[in-house]
This record gives sequence, C-alpha cells and structure tokens, in this order.
Amino acid sequence: MDLPIVATDSAPAVARPPGRFMPAVRRTLRQAIPTVLGILVLNFALLQMVPGDVVDVMAGESGGATMESMRALREQFGLAGSIGERLVAYLGNLATLDLGVSPRYNAPVAELILDRLPNTLFLVVSGLAVAIVVGVLVGVAMATWAGRLPDRALSLVNLLLYATPGFCIGLMLILLFSVKLGWLPANGHATIGVTLAGGDWLLDRLRYALLPIVTLATFFIAVYGRLTRAAMLEVRQQDFVRTARAKGLAPSRVMFRHVLRNALMPITTMAGLHFAALFGGAAVTETLFGWPGLGRLTLDAVMTRDFNLLLGILLLSSLLVVVVNMLVDLLQLWLDPRIQAR
Amino acid sequence: MVRTSRRTFLHQASLATVLAGVPAWALTEAGSAMASSGASNGTLTVVLNPEPPTLVSFANTGGTCVTASSKVLEGLLEYDHDLTPRPQLATSWSVSPDGLTYEFKLRENVKWHDGKPFTAADAAFSILLSRRYHPRGTATFANLDAAEAVDATTLRLRLAKPAPYLLLALSAGETPILPSHLYEADTAVQNPLNARPIGTGPFRFREWERGSHIIYERNPDYWQPGKPQVETLLFRIVPDIAARLNGFRNGSLDIGESSPIPLSEIPNLDKYPHLATTTKGYADNAVVTALEFNLEREVLAKHEVRRAIAHALDREQIRKIAFYGFAVPTVAPIVKSSFPRFHLDAEDPYPYDIRKANELLDAAGYPRQGGGHRLGLTLHANPFNEGFRRTAHYVRSALARIGIDVTVREQDPGSYVRSVYNEREFDMTVSGVSTMFDPTVGLQRVYWSKSFNPKVPFSNANRYHNPEVDRLLEAAAIEPDVEKRAELFKRFQEIVIREIPTIALVQLQSVTVFNRRVDGFSKTASGLRGNIADVHFAQA
Repeated sequence: MDLPIVATDSAPAVARPPGRFMPAVRRTLRQAIPTVLGILVLNFALLQMVPGDVVDVMAGESGGATMESMRALREQFGLAGSIGERLVAYLGNLATLDLGVSPRYNAPVAELILDRLPNTLFLVVSGLAVAIVVGVLVGVAMATWAGRLPDRALSLVNLLLYATPGFCIGLMLILLFSVKLGWLPANGHATIGVTLAGGDWLLDRLRYALLPIVTLATFFIAVYGRLTRAAMLEVRQQDFVRTARAKGLAPSRVMFRHVLRNALMPITTMAGLHFAALFGGAAVTETLFGWPGLGRLTLDAVMTRDFNLLLGILLLSSLLVVVVNMLVDLLQLWLDPRIQAR
Repeated sequence: MVRTSRRTFLHQASLATVLAGVPAWALTEAGSAMASSGASNGTLTVVLNPEPPTLVSFANTGGTCVTASSKVLEGLLEYDHDLTPRPQLATSWSVSPDGLTYEFKLRENVKWHDGKPFTAADAAFSILLSRRYHPRGTATFANLDAAEAVDATTLRLRLAKPAPYLLLALSAGETPILPSHLYEADTAVQNPLNARPIGTGPFRFREWERGSHIIYERNPDYWQPGKPQVETLLFRIVPDIAARLNGFRNGSLDIGESSPIPLSEIPNLDKYPHLATTTKGYADNAVVTALEFNLEREVLAKHEVRRAIAHALDREQIRKIAFYGFAVPTVAPIVKSSFPRFHLDAEDPYPYDIRKANELLDAAGYPRQGGGHRLGLTLHANPFNEGFRRTAHYVRSALARIGIDVTVREQDPGSYVRSVYNEREFDMTVSGVSTMFDPTVGLQRVYWSKSFNPKVPFSNANRYHNPEVDRLLEAAAIEPDVEKRAELFKRFQEIVIREIPTIALVQLQSVTVFNRRVDGFSKTASGLRGNIADVHFAQA
C-alpha cells in the first residue's frame, strides 16, 4: 500500500502547463536565422583575409600555369569582383537553396557535402552515444564507491583517457587490433567492391566503424565520467534522496531513478556542446582512419582555399548546431518538470 | 492511451544505443581475411594521396590526377627510362628536316570505352585542347599552327617554328587523348565526364566514392590482347602517413608512388619480406631541390653574398639529412639521369668552405657584429614536399655558422604561392623545379627573364635577367639538331653555375613502395604514372 507521500516515478497526476515546449521551439527559430546569417557573413569576411585563393592553389599543384588560364578560371568560379559583390551574390544564391559549385572538385557543393554527411553523423552520434553510456556508468560506479578502491582505480583510468590525445589512442588501437592481431580493418568505412545487404551490410560497416568510434569516444568517456560523478555526489546529499532511502527503496533504485536522473542535466548540456564541436572537429580521427567524413573535407577545403565548399559546410554546421541545441533544450524540459521555458 | 513512463523510455533508449554501438567485436569470427579486397588475385590496390580533384589530366596536372588519368586515357607515345619515344596510340611518326611538320601514323582498330572508334580527329582535338587549358600546354604547343586529321589514321602537326621537345610531350599523363565526340572545346573543363572518364586505356572507370576510393575495371576490348592481366584496379585514398605505412605492412595496400611512406621508414622495410622499393620510373619528372634568391633584394643581388652562401652549404649533408640518402647531389640544374646529353659535368666552383664564406662576407661589407650576427634573411620552404622543409632547416643551421640569421617560414600551399610568387615578400626559398621531360619545358621558366610574372606561380621567382642566358635558352627552344642544342644547354649551365641566381643542390629521388607480388609497373619513364598495361601479379 502506498504511503501518502506520492512517488514521482510516473507522470504527475497534475498535467503540466500546456505548450511548455512550444515557446522553446519558437524562441529557437526566432534566433536561428539571424545566428546563421551572422555566422555566414563573419566567416565570409574572415576567409577573404586568408592569403591565396583556389586558383593559386590549383596552379601551385599543377606546378605552374599561365596568366590566361588563371584568369579564365577566376572568372568561371566567380572570384573576380569585390568582396561586397561576391557576398551579395552568394547570399542571393542561398536564397534559392543553391550552394554553388566547388571549383576544385568540379561538383556541386551540396552533393559533396551530402556524400560525406551520413558518414560523419554516424561516427559522431555513435561515438557520443557510446561515450555517454559508458561514461555515465563509469561515473555511477565512481560515485557509488566514492573514496574507496574502485573509485580510485576508475579515476586513474579516467585521467589516462583524458590526458592521452585522440590520435595517440587511435594509433595504438590500430597497432594492436589491426596490425598485430588482424581482427579489425584500419582504414576506410566499408569493404570496397562488394555489394552487401541487410545484416551483412550492417556487420561490415560496424567492423570498420568500431575503432574510429572507440577512438572518438575515449576522451568524452573521461569527461562524462567525471561530470556524472560530481553531479551525483552533489545530488546524493539532497533531502529527497534521504527521504527515498528512508522510505525503504532499494539502493540501486535510489541511485538510478532518483539520483542519476537529476544528475543528468549537466551531461545533456555538455553532450549538446560536444556534438557541435565534434561535427567539424572529428578531422583527426577521420584522417587517422581514412574515414570519408566532413572533418577531412573541411580541412581540405581550408588548405585549398575552396571557399564555396567551406561556406557550405559552415552553413550546414551552424544549422545543425542550432537544431541540436534546441533538441537538448527540449530534452531538458522533458527531463526536469520544474524548468519553465521563458 | 499508453503512457510511456520515463523509466521504460530510458530503459529502451539505453538498450538501443548499446545495440548500435557495441556488438561488432563480439563477432570476430566474421573478420577472417583482414586484408579485405587486396587479398583477391584480381585486384591491385594502389594508394593515392591526396585525392585527385578530377580524373582527367588535361587541365589539372597535379600528381595524383596524372596517376588516375593515365590508366583510362592514353597518349600518342610512351617513353623508355632514357626518354626514347615508343609507340602507344601512334605506331610510327616522322619529323620533317626543318622540324616544322610532324606526321603520326595512328593505331588502327582502337575503340573508346563506349564502343566508338578512335580516329585522328580525336588526337587533333586533344592536342588543341591541351594548348588551350593545360598549365604547360600554352608553352609546349606555343609554336603549333595547325593540327589536322589527314585521314582516319594520320595526324599532321604544322609548326611556325621548330619545337624539339614536342615529341617528348605526348605521354598519357601529359597530353591525354580525349574522345572528341563527347567533349566540346569551350566547356571541356566542366564536362561531367572528367569525373567518370571514357578513354582507350587498359582500364575502364567503374566507380568513385569521394574521400574513399576509385575503382577501375579491366577493359576487355583493349587493343593489346591479353592485357591487362589485372581484373580490378582499386585506388584507396589514405591521407594519413602512418595509416599508409600500416597498409603496406598488413598487405592491404599493394603499391604506391612518390614516396608514400616516410623516407626514414624505408630501411626498416627489411623486416617485411613481402615489401620492396624502387626509385625507377620517374625519369620524366626529375626534380632538383634548389635554393632560390630574390635578386630584387639588395643583399642578395651581390654576387659575393650568394657565393658565400654557396660555400656554406654541403650537398652531401643535404642528401643524408634532408632526404635520408634518397637524393643525388648535383651542381648543374639539368640532371644527368634524365638528360645525359644535356647535363654539364661541372666542378662546383663554390665548394664547401666555411673560411672562404666568412672572408667573402667580410669583403662584401657585412662584418660580424655583436653576437657574431652579420645579417638576417627569411627563407620560405616549399610545402609540396617534406624534403624541402628539411632542407630549409639545414640551410638555417648551415648559414648560422657564417653569421647569417635565417628565419624559416613554413606555410600551407596557398599562402606559399601568394608569398613567393604574388607578393614576392621573400628573401630566399627552398624549392623544387622539375625539368619534366625537357629542359625547355621544365627549366626555362626559372631562368628566362620573360617568364617573370607575379601572377603566375613557379615562374621566374628570382627575377633573374641575363641577356646571354635568354639568348641561349631561346635558341635551344627551337634548335632541332640535338648536338647543337646540347651545346647551347651546356653553355647556359656554365653561366648559371657561375652566377648562381639559384643554387642547384640535389636531385631528389622518389620511391615506389610495392608488394613483391606485383610486377610490370615500371617499364616506362612514367612508371606507375603511365598506363601500366603490363602490370601483373608475379604468380607464386
């Protein structure tokens, strides 16, 4: 028989104020457009300050060129004209959803990006998911046995994972699993030249993805582990936890249902930020494993001064960041009924 | 209405993420032959880095572009290691005694990959296209008046002035023959076929997944019956140098050209009996590392200062330190290995002599001041090859011994081109100039005063202007007689070795790393950058 104090494990009998989520969505959309526009203009201006343009690079790669060929290329790629003219032209194209053509690859920017986007999304989302699950579990373990041997040991492992650079871990994993043991492939994202379907396809992709995902996740496991531990230790001291324990609930139920759920707030915030950072910043992992993703494409675009491509990627990234932050806001609203969206 | 409690939701969500992220390593029995597609007998895996922007090399001639293009598109000729022409799409050729008319007899019964026949019209079209868009084409075919298809198998070229290097400019990578029925001259650069080429070559294009790989398959209708003996050509794009090294070690990569692994690792390849290396197959692309001076700077315009710098450099050290032994010291800018007849076997007029260097600088009016410092110079390192960077650092420490403080600037390719060629804000640069297949095509632009142009990279960076040198180079450009031409080049080299507007240091050697099971890829001067119709697996 339930005690008069109402447990909070199911949706409260009192309905939440209606439309709690809508204001958040509306606010995000109101802020999104100026944010994205601002990012584009700022980056456009910054890119103009970088020395050299794509025609210079193409001529350099070819080991030489002639005045005529370079001038012809510049005209074709819309690189003649003042900065203002070019910016207006670019924004005008954007209004018709035309991201332009990359002069170096001779292909539409949208196509180049969409080719690589699923690969990067897969890598980043899986990496973060693994990091969150493992990190949270590690953090829970550290918090449960805080101060004792398991906590000390896990903290040490945590520190090692945090301090070792990603490419170092990646290289060590390749050496062990690929070169020495030969269990996993070291490069690429799929077996080339065979068409697989269904379960075979999934298995093949997972084999190639495993090492890059682990490499990407290790740093964040350390981050989420520490965060969870700190947050849980703080929440554990709250009154309602004492009440729950006094009620006679099992320790694991207290730990997971009451303490952890309240400690998830900082984690979701950080995960949102990390997703944004990882999106273009997985370049190191992608280069190490030859993973055809957006990080490498961005790096190439910067080195070869391919501004059309770069602006297209920046536009996409900023949009994704805005969307993800909105989702994180909504997630937090849902997790914690006490929060009111302004 | 079913209400999902938070508990169930979180439960299910965590289950889903675990399923997505974990299971692969539990199924290790599925990961048998880890060397993936490389293990099969019919597939040759070539490593490419960086990824070529297009697969056709008439407008973009960056290294990997040529490698990718020459398997599908062929040239009129191919060349032996000593640059002797041999037939490819042309079976015989003749040059008129005055050097103004060339006639090529073309191979019969050659088909494009789409089944249409190859004719002289295609050859004429391609040569004119090259003249218009190719970075060197305007120079190589500058004297070309007309290219006409006399009949289906005869091509005639008419020149306004002789061009003795023309016969050497017709390899698959340099002047690819394109299908004129699929290309328009005005829109050739944006033709979508540039990403899925159609040619006459031993391999056909099958697929290109950008960022990952390119697949070519054997052309069953190739004009050399029985060739190629490889079913599939797989180009893997591997940007990380450690990953390439691992790829060779574990057998997933078969072959790579232009030093795909660090030169320092090559001696360690002894531990892997299945790997071998060769420096053959680069005769048509001899690169000389040189220290170039900006002669517009007052300090460097003085001959004594340049001589002093030359006395402070030891080519043997550069060979060992900067190139790990994979270089040949050279005093003359035209190298012996590719051009034995044009090479000048000269003694170094400014051998390594620190005392002499110091004396020269004192005499030139740059005495040592406080801290032994005489003057400061900037040195930009050409970023297109690691060896140039290492040479730049060697130069810095070498010149420190004679009191010159050198600041090394390392930049990315775009910035380097801007700094050195556009803005000309450099004192010295360590750069590499390729003589290509002929000194007129490759080397002239460095020494010829008329090629100076701030808008064009790899033209005359030093702003060297010597009327005698100009005369010699211009005469050699149109001299059809080989002996007389050799004489002109030798006199040219005498002058520039003495005046040193740029100091030729070493000829760098590129290394091809390959798995011993592969053979038949370095039969020509282009090596792996040719059409490798002869490639096969050495059956064990």
